[in-house]
Amino acid sequence: MSSVVEEIRETARQLLADGKVDVVIGYEKGTLPLKATPCFVRTAQNVDKLIWDETCENNLAAFSYKIPGKKAIITKGCDSRALVVLLQENQLVKDDLYIIGVSCQGVVDKRKIENELGEIIEATITDGKISVKGMSGSGEFTFAEVKDATCQTCRYPNPVIEDIHLGGTVEVPEEAVLFADVLEMEAKSDSEREAYFGEQMDKCIRCYSCRNACPLCYCQECFVDCNTPRWLTGGVNRAENLFFQAGRVLHLAGRCVDCGTCSRACPQGVDIRALNRKMSRDVLEMYQHESGISEDVKPALNVYSGDDPEAFLVKE
Amino acid sequence: MFMEDRQVNVSDTDNKAYQPKIAAFLCNWCSYAGADLAGVSRFQYPATIRTIRVPCSGRINPLYLLKAMANGADGVLVSGCHPGDCHYISGNYVARRKFALIKSLLKHVGLEEDRVSFSWVSAAEGVRFSEVVKGVTERVAALGPNNSVFKVKDGGGTDE
Repeated sequence: MSSVVEEIRETARQLLADGKVDVVIGYEKGTLPLKATPCFVRTAQNVDKLIWDETCENNLAAFSYKIPGKKAIITKGCDSRALVVLLQENQLVKDDLYIIGVSCQGVVDKRKIENELGEIIEATITDGKISVKGMSGSGEFTFAEVKDATCQTCRYPNPVIEDIHLGGTVEVPEEAVLFADVLEMEAKSDSEREAYFGEQMDKCIRCYSCRNACPLCYCQECFVDCNTPRWLTGGVNRAENLFFQAGRVLHLAGRCVDCGTCSRACPQGVDIRALNRKMSRDVLEMYQHESGISEDVKPALNVYSGDDPEAFLVKE
Repeated sequence: MFMEDRQVNVSDTDNKAYQPKIAAFLCNWCSYAGADLAGVSRFQYPATIRTIRVPCSGRINPLYLLKAMANGADGVLVSGCHPGDCHYISGNYVARRKFALIKSLLKHVGLEEDRVSFSWVSAAEGVRFSEVVKGVTERVAALGPNNSVFKVKDGGGTDE
């Protein structure tokens, strides 16, 4: 058992025993292999459920505003960025929060393994090696091979706000080109991009898992559920799926913290991140803003400057 | 009645030339008044726009534009006050940031760029309003009927 897990449990036990928090939001071992599940620990006796490893893929900030009372949250880099945005948007009271920061090496993308070995029956992680028994064979992977795409380009593995930090920190590799994936997509022709996103939208079944998993999708009534006006019908087709995804991405413009939870939650493997990353890059390029880095920097779409770019206007 | 050559008679049903339908979201204080000025001054422009008056360009929700196209509009025009002229001081400034991102995202997912247009037209710019509508109409007409990525085919269970 790694020492970070011990530290997490000890911290949680202390917090609950002292009555500092009502609940500790963390991860426990899931019922499926290689998938941790969020858990809510309310008594000091139960803290041994808590785990921390490469399968802790949910963004726990998504629960922070749904659970009443004082809470401690196990927080990765991306979770902490989401918390910053939520604090800025007055969705959270800082005094009710106790942020247990842990640095994150990245999480496993189960889909990469499943593509090779079929559905995973059993899996064990030891020293960065993942041994998997799948429906159509067994294999061993290094963690780097099956790391989630988001984590490969992650620039904030260490929490940006925290009340206590457990374990070591992760060094951030210097990235030569930011948003290389977006640049690659932009370089394609309009019809190629249309075809790519059309294909992605054909896969979408509009289950709204992405929205439910997203820490920043907290609208009381989502536009997709709205009856008056009825933006979307129940129909699942390419155009309406794109309407949903584009609408969601535009809601997240200048707010998305690129945690990749939407893509991991998607049962169909839709490349939702591609749209969100495009928006993040535009916001960075046009307004020099990265969301959730500091509480003092106002969100890009809440402020303006007199010389914002307006090359998009009609030429008349 | 005096009629210029370029004037389009909307009541003339024999005129079968393709006329795009454009949803025009005009801000109450500038562009709507600009359109009004174009009207009372008899500046001609194609009868392709369907005007939707909004209190401010800052009121524009991206979903309006998407929904217009989903329901079959061939194009969308959004027009507000010039920067600095907003009746609500900063509505069009915050809108400008939003518009730039909308434009960029829609192009990225494969929508023809000219389907969605943004402009600033003041209440004194009647001539310019007619020029804008002419330009937008020309470009949308060149693209042809809406067959874009957002168009819901066969009604798709919509109200139509």
